[in-house]
Amino acid sequence: MEQLAKLQFYFNYPFVRYALLVGVLIALCSSLLGVILVLRRFSYIGDGLSHVAFGAMAVGTILKLANDTIFIMPVTIIAAIILLKNGGNAKVRGDAALAMLSVGALAVGYLVMNVFSTSANISGDVCTTLFGSTSILTLSQDEVMICMIMSAITVIVFVVFYNRIFAVTFDESYAKATGINADGYQTLIAVITAIIIVLAMNLVGSLLITALLVFPALSAMRIFNSFRSVIIYSAVVSVVGAAFGIIISILASTPVGATIVILDMIIFAAHSVAGKALGRG
Amino acid sequence: MAYITCKDLAVGYNKTAVASGINFTVGKGDYLCIVGTNGAGKSTLMRTLLNLQPPVGGEIVTGDGLKSYEIGYLPQRTDTQKDFPASVKEVVLSGTQAGSRRLFYSRAQKERAYKNIEELGIWELRNRSFRSLSGGQQQRTLLARALSGTDKILLLDEPITGLDPSAAAQLYEITDELNRAGVAIIMITHDLAAIEHADHILHVDRSHNFFGSKIEYMNSEKWKLFQEIEEMEHDGAAS
Repeated sequence: MEQLAKLQFYFNYPFVRYALLVGVLIALCSSLLGVILVLRRFSYIGDGLSHVAFGAMAVGTILKLANDTIFIMPVTIIAAIILLKNGGNAKVRGDAALAMLSVGALAVGYLVMNVFSTSANISGDVCTTLFGSTSILTLSQDEVMICMIMSAITVIVFVVFYNRIFAVTFDESYAKATGINADGYQTLIAVITAIIIVLAMNLVGSLLITALLVFPALSAMRIFNSFRSVIIYSAVVSVVGAAFGIIISILASTPVGATIVILDMIIFAAHSVAGKALGRG
Repeated sequence: MAYITCKDLAVGYNKTAVASGINFTVGKGDYLCIVGTNGAGKSTLMRTLLNLQPPVGGEIVTGDGLKSYEIGYLPQRTDTQKDFPASVKEVVLSGTQAGSRRLFYSRAQKERAYKNIEELGIWELRNRSFRSLSGGQQQRTLLARALSGTDKILLLDEPITGLDPSAAAQLYEITDELNRAGVAIIMITHDLAAIEHADHILHVDRSHNFFGSKIEYMNSEKWKLFQEIEEMEHDGAAS
């Protein structure tokens, strides 16, 4: 009862409601994209792209841009397109390219922050961007709007192009041979992935984004057999995990990102056991 | 007019030909086997026929009303598909997108997919997961997908690799039946037994290619060479 009263008290504040809304929306989008990325063996792209975003943010800060999203977004989108489109036949294989880009951007970002930053608490700033911590509680109304619009676009793209996305993910060559513009759809997915990752940095930080992409998808794959049910169930699991994670973190005063990720891990473990029990492991 | 006519075709990557001087035709009801040693350019030829890469030289002429997306094909199974959650129904339905501008499946597309699922004897499996099927069942599913996009030409890439003998025999039975129904078959193969089913053979070997009827092929030097190589490889694999 006391906990409920505490929750009610917190929900009187708009910034808490914003945090919950944004958290749920980002969880929804990342779970949809996560299914595709996991199946295309790009589970770690969230990590790589968020490090690119981190590097871009550091550079944006020293350039003293009024709104550094204008700089971060295009840089991350370009990185996403390069990584996802070259996939199979580039000179540097997908995973190696991802590793190089990921650590490279992290190093540049940290170096730039260290050398040029005017802030007194550099390690604090770095820690915040890596682990998300409090920035989700300081969202402005504009940021909430952007997040809502992007989530709506992601969901609409998934509903409208669902059959094409399935065909391209299941068998890219076959899709191409039968006249589907596979490259176009890959680019579309890459762009949306980049945008969602930049938005998700506020929620869980650079280091934990991968969890939002992979855990719901993998949980759903443990117990469902068709693509449609995996996509839908993964979205449900992700939304529930994020909502409860945020509420727990408010009540127990734990870091938001880490709480959501740990909850997702528990959900995954439960699904693995359930999958084994159902004989689908 | 044949469905596909290749005139002095050269295939390869980055303007370097892997195989050249390829001449053959495939028309309605033909059954062509493409044979040749590893690395002779069979897969490259297949990708070129499917419009996945441009020819290095020569040309591919399509005729008899064949559109580029009407070549159904049975790919070698990839690693990605081994753990892909997709039901048999979903996979077969995706085949009906060939050449279609519709984003959602029409009733006609669904009926076509269901008809193929039934004809290939996998109706009972339609809600099963693709990854949980046996190799032979997976091949039938992918065949049903190909047939949902075309009833003119099927291109099969090493279809019996990894199948047990009875599943392989079943696959040959299915392709024979489709062929009798008028579907042209192009099969890339290592299997000597496949040649019995074909009526024409294309032997790809750098620039010394052979194209002719099965009987002509049986009388040629290429056939002896091919048998020897296959037996050698077979012995090598067995020992």
